[in-house]
Amino acid sequence: MTASPIRSTVGKKILMAVTGILLVLFLVLHMVGNLKIFFGAESFDHYAHWLRSIGNPLLPETWFLWIQRAVLTFAVLGHIWAATALALRARAARPVRYAHRGKVQGSYAARTMRWGGVIILLFVIYHILDLTTGHLNPVGDKAHPYGNVVADFAPDRWYVTLFYTLAVVSVGFHLRHGLYSALRTLGQQTKHGERRARAFALGFAVVLCAGYLSVPFAVLTGLVG
Amino acid sequence: MNLTLRIWRQQGPQDKGRMVSYQVTDVSPDMSFLEMLDVLNERLILEGEEPVAFDHDCREGICGACSMVINGTPHGPQKMTTTCQLHMRTFSDGDTIDIEPWRAKAFPVIKDLVVNRGAFDKIIQAGGYISAPTGSAPEAHATPVPKADADAAFEAAECIGCGACVAACPNGSAMLFTAAKITHLGLMPQGQPERDSRVLDMVAAHDEAGFGGCTNAGECTPACPKGIPLATIGRLNRDFLAASRKRSGETATAG
Repeated sequence: MTASPIRSTVGKKILMAVTGILLVLFLVLHMVGNLKIFFGAESFDHYAHWLRSIGNPLLPETWFLWIQRAVLTFAVLGHIWAATALALRARAARPVRYAHRGKVQGSYAARTMRWGGVIILLFVIYHILDLTTGHLNPVGDKAHPYGNVVADFAPDRWYVTLFYTLAVVSVGFHLRHGLYSALRTLGQQTKHGERRARAFALGFAVVLCAGYLSVPFAVLTGLVG
Repeated sequence: MNLTLRIWRQQGPQDKGRMVSYQVTDVSPDMSFLEMLDVLNERLILEGEEPVAFDHDCREGICGACSMVINGTPHGPQKMTTTCQLHMRTFSDGDTIDIEPWRAKAFPVIKDLVVNRGAFDKIIQAGGYISAPTGSAPEAHATPVPKADADAAFEAAECIGCGACVAACPNGSAMLFTAAKITHLGLMPQGQPERDSRVLDMVAAHDEAGFGGCTNAGECTPACPKGIPLATIGRLNRDFLAASRKRSGETATAG
């Protein structure tokens, strides 16, 4: 009798690691694209339009984008499914809670993975409605994404910038534990490698946060406008 | 030293249980934590009350019986130390100390601080062994083992199966315990024949017992009285991946 590995807790963790790494790869490309904003409106808008034509002429217009969206959606759903299953299991594994809760010995990043993940999901929904479909954007002009970004982070819409900042910092915390955890799940097995994996995860999270936050803060301070 | 103890009292598996306060006076700082509880129990017996039930055996830090969560930390505040080796000088006069049993669905409370750790036996029975010919002991150098592997295996073999990793884990997972055995046997040449079935069967037994999944939160190793490293869980994961891949290949060819 062989049960599918995905039915075990370790199998679910492997699914989380693989889908998580897919999403992180997307985050890297997305950040590099965002930084185009520092090369001016024309460069940024040109890049945004190019995204729609990747794969031409082999693939018709926007096909690549939809394939990518499908893959990312599957990754997100798989990630959330495994996380939910493990969280429910963890809850059931300790029916009676401790009267005296000890202090956290591991990292706070590890302890906030679940709620942090929920915050990130809510942010992603808002973010798509804001800068992809334009419904929640003050301009919402699909032909000129540069203008949408500049209008989004205008100083009088400071609360939008604040929410973006909180969400990006949440992503940073999520990755700080998530990257290390993914490497461990996929078989990182030495103490020396553990230190390197932790340092890599921290460095990666900090660079990604800085890259993503540079755009709204450049608009806020008038560096980009 | 005079102390206030708040101890989990539960008459049996069906009882709901509650924290009860006790005053203990004239505690010597040189007493071990269990001796302090012995003093309390002697008094309770003289007063005609039911003594506090707790597990203990060797009282020298090697059997893993003395399972209690002290102020939210399994085995108390001192690192790499079992409850029996914890001394009262770690605390201060006038302290209030909370004492609770291991909290896990797979470790049901039998009475007060005593829990049933039979779930660990089930995990070991699923694969925590090697098949070896019995008879006279083999010549020690017949099977060479690289020094680094021997050291890492020995480090993992130090696990005393106390269950502190489960008690500390926010997910109620026993992955450090399971990984310690996987690492110990997986690094030895004698452990190779059953290496693949061991990891799959032990993880299945672990999940079956009702333990939670590991999320690499890192709470277990600091609570472990033997300091079993987190890296053992990486070895378990790697063995699990390799064994799953091989097994899916086998079922594919077997049709």
